[in-house]
Amino acid sequence: MELARVIGRCVATVKYPTLEGVRLLVIQPVNARDQPQGDPIFAADGMQAGPGDLVSWVTGREAALALPNTFAPVDCAVVTIVDHAWSDPEAHGVKAVP
Amino acid sequence: MILCRVIGNAVSTVKQECYTGWRVMVCVPVQPDGTTPRGREFLSVDSVEAGPGDLVLVAREGNAARQVLGKASDPFHSVIMGIVDDVNAPVDRGPGSPR
Repeated sequence: MELARVIGRCVATVKYPTLEGVRLLVIQPVNARDQPQGDPIFAADGMQAGPGDLVSWVTGREAALALPNTFAPVDCAVVTIVDHAWSDPEAHGVKAVP
Repeated sequence: MILCRVIGNAVSTVKQECYTGWRVMVCVPVQPDGTTPRGREFLSVDSVEAGPGDLVLVAREGNAARQVLGKASDPFHSVIMGIVDDVNAPVDRGPGSPR
């Protein structure tokens, strides 16, 4: 489970039947200080999130469990829309990443 | 299971129903010394009343998380399942380094 910022949507007309009606989002993984972490990925939307929202997402088999049809072939899905997140590594005894 | 330091938390109002009542913490994986980060921070559901600053043991795998937190059909993927008092292990300082 990680944080991400929704940066766009993806439309696919031809897709596997159990993905009918599933919205696809383009999300940029971020840390709790809103700094991008790695490359954007595509996630199924289990929460009606939209561009600009801070969300949390899960990978693996659990991703499909967030969708109405839990037997859909997805490996990444948005599970919560985050109101507020914070982190302060240095104040809690973790050295800064070089 | 990995060793992590809790460094923050996340609050959501709009969420999958199964997340209601659980606290979600921001964790960063650390070396056995407890202070050197070794990866990206991530979110984990707290089952042991851990707080920011605590050294914790985290399972980042769905089956373990679902077993602790809910039903077999809930989309949990990560759970904090222990607060670590002490780690007695050599710290890896790179190849060829003395212990």
